[in-house]
Amino acid sequence: MNMIKKLMKTRKDSVIAFSIVIVAYIVMQSLVMTGGLSRSLSGMLVPVCAYIVMAVSLNLTVGILGELSLGHAGFMSVGAFSGIVVTTALADSIPSPMLRLAIAMVVAAVFAAIAGVIVGVPVLRLKGDYLAIVTLAFGEIIRNIVNVLYIGLDDRGLHFSLVKQNFVLNEGGEMIISGPVGVSGIDKISTFTAGFVLILVTLFVILNLINSRHGRAIMAVRDNRIAADSVGVSTNQFKLMAFVISAAFAGMAGTLYAMNYSTVTAAKFDFNMSILVLVFVVLGGLGNIWGSVVAAALLTVLPEFLRAINLNDYRMLIYSILLIAMMLFNNSSIKQRLLERRRVKKDLKAEQRKGVA
Amino acid sequence: MKKTLSVLLAGTMLAGVLAGCGNSNTGSDTDAFKIGGTAPLTGGAAIYGNAVKNGAQIAVDEINAMGGIQFNLNMQDDENDPEKAVNAYNKLMDWGMQISLAATTTKPAEAISVNHNEDRIFGLTPSASSVAVTEGKDNVFQMCFTDPGQGTASADYIAEQNLGEKIAIIYKNDDVFSTGIYEKFMAQADVRGLEIVSVTTFTEASQTDFNVQLSEAQKSGADLLFMPIYYQPASLILNQANAMGYAPKFFGVDGMDGILTMKGFDVSLAEGVMLLTPFNADAEDEKTQNFVKKYKEQFGDVPNQFAADAYDCIYAYKQALEAAGATTDMDYEELCDLMMEQFGSMKFDGLTGEGMTWSNGQVSKSPKGMVIQNGAYVGM
Amino acid sequence: MINYLITGISLGSIYAIIALGYTMVYGIAKMLNFAHGDVIMVGGYMSFCATAYLGWSPFMGILLAIVVCTALGVVVERLAYKPLRNAPALAVLITAIGVSYFLQNAALLLWTSNPKTFTSVVGDGSVQLGTLQIPYVTVVTILVCLIIMIGLTLFTNKTKMGTAMRAVSEDKGAAQLMGINVNTTISITFAIGSGLAAIAGVLLCSAYPMLTPTTGSMPGIKAFTAAVFGGIGSIPGAMLGGILLGIIEIFSKAYISMELSDAIVFAVLIIVLLVKPSGLLGKSVREKV
Repeated sequence: MNMIKKLMKTRKDSVIAFSIVIVAYIVMQSLVMTGGLSRSLSGMLVPVCAYIVMAVSLNLTVGILGELSLGHAGFMSVGAFSGIVVTTALADSIPSPMLRLAIAMVVAAVFAAIAGVIVGVPVLRLKGDYLAIVTLAFGEIIRNIVNVLYIGLDDRGLHFSLVKQNFVLNEGGEMIISGPVGVSGIDKISTFTAGFVLILVTLFVILNLINSRHGRAIMAVRDNRIAADSVGVSTNQFKLMAFVISAAFAGMAGTLYAMNYSTVTAAKFDFNMSILVLVFVVLGGLGNIWGSVVAAALLTVLPEFLRAINLNDYRMLIYSILLIAMMLFNNSSIKQRLLERRRVKKDLKAEQRKGVA
Repeated sequence: MKKTLSVLLAGTMLAGVLAGCGNSNTGSDTDAFKIGGTAPLTGGAAIYGNAVKNGAQIAVDEINAMGGIQFNLNMQDDENDPEKAVNAYNKLMDWGMQISLAATTTKPAEAISVNHNEDRIFGLTPSASSVAVTEGKDNVFQMCFTDPGQGTASADYIAEQNLGEKIAIIYKNDDVFSTGIYEKFMAQADVRGLEIVSVTTFTEASQTDFNVQLSEAQKSGADLLFMPIYYQPASLILNQANAMGYAPKFFGVDGMDGILTMKGFDVSLAEGVMLLTPFNADAEDEKTQNFVKKYKEQFGDVPNQFAADAYDCIYAYKQALEAAGATTDMDYEELCDLMMEQFGSMKFDGLTGEGMTWSNGQVSKSPKGMVIQNGAYVGM
Repeated sequence: MINYLITGISLGSIYAIIALGYTMVYGIAKMLNFAHGDVIMVGGYMSFCATAYLGWSPFMGILLAIVVCTALGVVVERLAYKPLRNAPALAVLITAIGVSYFLQNAALLLWTSNPKTFTSVVGDGSVQLGTLQIPYVTVVTILVCLIIMIGLTLFTNKTKMGTAMRAVSEDKGAAQLMGINVNTTISITFAIGSGLAAIAGVLLCSAYPMLTPTTGSMPGIKAFTAAVFGGIGSIPGAMLGGILLGIIEIFSKAYISMELSDAIVFAVLIIVLLVKPSGLLGKSVREKV
């Protein structure tokens, strides 16, 4: 009994995260089935899933590993565009969209992970704000490179070039990515169910990682690098591992996101996108995985809710005020007191129970 | 953990309260056609979105005041982002939109034109000009001419009028509008045997300093500078070229319209600048003058071509709806069929052109060559 | 070649003057004030309104911009940052981003999205040095930069307030124990930083005379990069970083690749930080075990 209780306690976070996601999925899906969901909400289901995966994966870097990353959108971009190339290239050979999406996600994860290694090896030698600015710089570099990337497909295979399109496609070939113009006319194959499965996989992998030996090592690195070093934790290796896993999931989220729209440009995955995801993570609570899930979902829907007040001009102004207000409340003394009172009550109850026993 | 929860709950509650108090003023008028559209009302591209919103609003007010057909206009902010545009579009569908102005800017329009096609709701975009907006969608139409059309027309015009021996180009390489025109211009320049001596670019992140681009054009001896870009960076280019003492002929596209009305802009810098544009706020005809006057009164600025295109869209809808005998109780699919039929066959006279017709969703109207003299457009 | 160098310095001096404000606030308050770029935009608009609508002289315009921005800086600090003094650094960062969104959207409502053309406060001419032409704006910007740099260095090193600021930046708790009013000190830091932003805004708009609600954001990010490049918290570093960044940007545009110039600038930054992890002139802090 005690064992289970203890297990429940350490896994409480995981249980909450999984149950939130599963319940939300069932509710949403049944609403979609019965037509009870407005179009504007049902249209947001897939991007919300993508943002949740982004937030959870960034939380691994920022919350668990403790390193501020301002370039998470860069990995999303890598994933989005490699995913697009894969789905377009396989369009004829694999007719099932779900399978194609799954393969695209795996490839996207691999490419994003490679980008993660390339960025991570030099970057993780730095600390604090310097690390933050270098991740920002890498995010911008990735955006800049994707912006001048040309990829075309014809019967001879895939063609790549940078800066200028210096290949000519055979008859019947098509451009997949044409530099700054980006991608147009994607088959929208992302579905809410695919997003849901991706969230489950992400949660499963990341929560297991956190609760594993490796996860404890990563948190030891966060809390005190020198102490971790001195007890034989290979700090650089664990940092890199967390960073790369985080990048890989961002890549998958990128594919999910991109395949939900018929058009994508490199400019979408810019600094502002990285910041947006960071806001989810910070508001949800650093290191708190289910907090990220809830924050990503609510904050994506919030600006759309604000449309309803019919004050279009003031919508983004209100959003910014709400953002500041939430941050202030999150750290205010009012809330401290509320929490305090609740804890006292709880303690009191516990004592009473003890007394009865 | 608990703290997050409480914050998030507080946030949602607030949002809920805000959401609850709104809904009252949308969709009250049942006798009006519900016409919706998305546009960047905030962010870096807000100028285009607001111009469209204001231009359309003037037309709607005029038409509603006439009696007869009534419109109920609802413009939603898309922040020039395809994701937000899809959200905004869905919001409009929830609202009960019957006919649509699609999206103002290109990428959002490409995204939601697919939704228009799937849902079978008619879309007429005032200003989203890439080919991908209308390609393969039989129910999405454009009021502006396409980017490639402009590129080709510009090259033809320069060749026919013999405007330049050596041509330099500066375009914005992370912008769909600019790149689209540039590519077609190059292709047509090749056909016409124009000599392109310098091609340079800039991006959203580097649109302040153009000295390098201008030096390159100057060094290569270019006597005509083609700028398929919007007027804000163009104003900086003119300014910096002037400071350098470099004075080629400048040739712009419809995005250049608006430069003369920038608050505080020294119009003498734009002296001799040539551009192809369908709309001219200084035109003498009554329609234009009436529109410009109203726009100035209500919004304090001189309208640009985005506003004029949006104004035309509303009047084109009016004409088509009247001709088709459409009524407000028709659903959007019914209206879509009627509109496709009308726009496929009708001729429309508006601010931005006379006798416009449509084929494959693209409008045919001829851009007018204008040159700026003494701070005003003069037809070439 | 030499012309590009001058263009680079012109651009760089603008980055430098923005970076000075960034580094000042970071050095003392230890926070990345992402709203700095937007305070610059407000400064530009203030000066613009004063000269274009009220018909004031350019000098009065600058003065108004400084007064308004200083007040704005203090108010924002009081309302949004002060309650978070003991909160994690990330909470402050996000709040600063919220403030940045707020300022941009407020400006959009106040001044609409239509771009305004700014009339240069220093005139359009240029200084002739042999065959070289150096725009007045560049000369003025560099001079102002130098004055501010020297002024700030003297201020932080010689005055009582400056000493208090340095004490606060070293250790807030200990400074408080020594009888320094930490809140006032940080407020004054913000006042100075925002006043500098106003000057930077006027000069930015004089050099590149176009004003929209998003005018400040991109130069803001670039200047932030410049501040880190030079060693964030270091006042001479900000100036050096800004000018170098401008030169690198122009040279990579002119000689390497225009399409990839942004990537090249950031790549140079990364390489510098890898070789010298605390920036060019930054103090390297020994890690305590």
